[in-house]
Amino acid sequence: MKKFFALLIVVAMALAITACSSSDSGEAGTNGGGVNGQSENGGSIKVGLLAPLTGDVAQYGLSVASGAELYIKEINEAGGINGKTIEVIKYDEQGDATEAVNNYYRLVDDGVVGIIGDVTSAPTVAVAQASVEDNMPMVTASATDPSVISYGSNFFQACLNDPYQGTTMAKFAANELGVTSVATIYNTGDDYSIGCNDAFVEQCNELDVQVLSQEGYADGDVDFNAQLTSIIASGAQAIFCPNYYQDDGMIVTQARTLGFTGSILGVDGWTNTHEYTDPENLYDCYFCTSFAIIDDEKINEFVDAYRAENDKDPGNFEALGYDAAMVLLNGIKAAEDAGLEAGTDDYKQAVIDGIANGTVAGVTGEISYDGTGAPTKSIMIVSLDSGSPEFYMNY
Amino acid sequence: MIFFQQLLNGLQLGSIYALVALGYTMVYGIILLLNFAHGDIIMVGAYVSWVVMSRLQLGPITAVFASVLMCTLLGVVIEKVAYAPLRSAPRLSLLITAIGVSYFLENGAQLIFGADGKNMNAIFSIPNLTIGSVTLSSTALVTLAVTIVAMIGLLMLVHKTKMGKAMRAVSEDMGAAQLMGISVNATISFTFAIGSLLAGIGSVLYSNIYQMATPTMGSMLGLKAFVAAVLGGIGSIPGAMIGGFAVGFIETFVSAAKIGQQSLSVWRDAVVFAILIIVLVVKPTGIMGHKVREKV
Repeated sequence: MKKFFALLIVVAMALAITACSSSDSGEAGTNGGGVNGQSENGGSIKVGLLAPLTGDVAQYGLSVASGAELYIKEINEAGGINGKTIEVIKYDEQGDATEAVNNYYRLVDDGVVGIIGDVTSAPTVAVAQASVEDNMPMVTASATDPSVISYGSNFFQACLNDPYQGTTMAKFAANELGVTSVATIYNTGDDYSIGCNDAFVEQCNELDVQVLSQEGYADGDVDFNAQLTSIIASGAQAIFCPNYYQDDGMIVTQARTLGFTGSILGVDGWTNTHEYTDPENLYDCYFCTSFAIIDDEKINEFVDAYRAENDKDPGNFEALGYDAAMVLLNGIKAAEDAGLEAGTDDYKQAVIDGIANGTVAGVTGEISYDGTGAPTKSIMIVSLDSGSPEFYMNY
Repeated sequence: MIFFQQLLNGLQLGSIYALVALGYTMVYGIILLLNFAHGDIIMVGAYVSWVVMSRLQLGPITAVFASVLMCTLLGVVIEKVAYAPLRSAPRLSLLITAIGVSYFLENGAQLIFGADGKNMNAIFSIPNLTIGSVTLSSTALVTLAVTIVAMIGLLMLVHKTKMGKAMRAVSEDMGAAQLMGISVNATISFTFAIGSLLAGIGSVLYSNIYQMATPTMGSMLGLKAFVAAVLGGIGSIPGAMIGGFAVGFIETFVSAAKIGQQSLSVWRDAVVFAILIIVLVVKPTGIMGHKVREKV
């Protein structure tokens, strides 16, 4: 009987595997830009887009993809690259590292000249390792893990690392706000919060800013009064709060209720914080982000175009997707200008060199590379002093 | 002085737990049901405050009345729809139904309002009191005062009125109470109404402190209040108060405590639930509870 069940399980598993491999895991061959991939005069250039479009992390994948597709559509409407239309081949990797590598090879077989992707860190690391062998030019919009660019020179990030934000805010506090003592409150169950907090504390120590207190809290907590009371009693001039907006809103409210009047600083998780606390609590609150909807010509243009296409406001991921596409296409343009033939090793290398040596003016800042795949770009400090986000400075 | 402020933080948090625990204890005292939907009634109350204040722009006083009224009604409706038909069913069925109602309310709120939290303005905004170098949060003082008044009112109701006498009689022996001419159904409905009214008051105070409504906010709050009720002695009204304040203090002091540079705040929930386990093992009747012998 036992053997019978074992056999049954084996058969079931085998069926499951074949079912998986035979089902098409992506929306293959979606054309970008509504030009249907038709060549106007000189053919088309195939670009891959690898992202989780279904599954747990689909929201990030869909955001990045919609941003990247918007940029490619705009380029196609403006005549493409040297008269060639950009054709997007988009595959869904479902947030899974194995799926991501499989779909990467599908894109290689499809003959793409470069890939925008992947989106989340773990699958991106897997794809980055696979892509080294082919020297495939790749730009990730959002994988912040520093190791993704460590495998080969063909891999680029459009985003900044999480710890970089903590470092930036420490410098900002010391140099711009003249703060000499700080305290932090962060979610000890979240890698993003921990990474930012550690980098902030480290930078503070370097700058001789005293870190008087580091308070933690757990996921789902709503009462921060005890921690904030300790912080206020420590006499800290500013609080660093590297968390997501819902928590940040409650922390700001409670800190102000307890009588804290100093600065409260955050990172890009703060994007919607102003919707989660009273505007009068937001004085002296600053956060850094690569993208925010503020009154600026380039950003207005992007936001309007995005709204027209998607009927909602773009966020960080959409903006980074847009910029990742810009970075890759800038590299491809260099290869096309050199008159090389797509698919050759020289062409790929020309794209990589084009990205490495080029500078693009993205919606998340001016992006250039100085020898590594990590971008050098300015980070925006947003002030909430008036109760709603306003551009404060580039840092 | 920091100790004093932390004490006040503990009292504020404890007040909310106490108000919620009172609802648990009253319902348990009468029909021996752990009403796990009780925390979610607070959630509904918070959303009502949000709708009235942020959507309808009707001002804080309307919000207070609307959420207290809605909670009271909801409590009675839940009792009539979900619990009354099961009055003679095994107690386990009732408990499972309570969990079902809790999920129904949480997911219903998520469906209607979305999973993201809703922010609202403070309901009362009174400037903080400053005595010397200490700033006392006026929100905490208001919360504390309201809780104490509610508690005194409840004790008066249970011990000085005819309805209170009926409630005590039903909790003592439902069958005998019915034989004495007490309407058991009306008394149970009334108990639910009072318990939910307290939840309504709790939701107003909660919204005032945290200014946020989320679909799942009631579940953790309900569990903590349950621990408070068990710690105080489930079924005992003063016990629920003592338990609520005790849990509030413990949470605050665990959060504030430090070993070297390491903050202990992440242990807060673990400590609270460890207390539940210890109480159940060592003294299941809690601080104020008394042992009732099973009658045969």
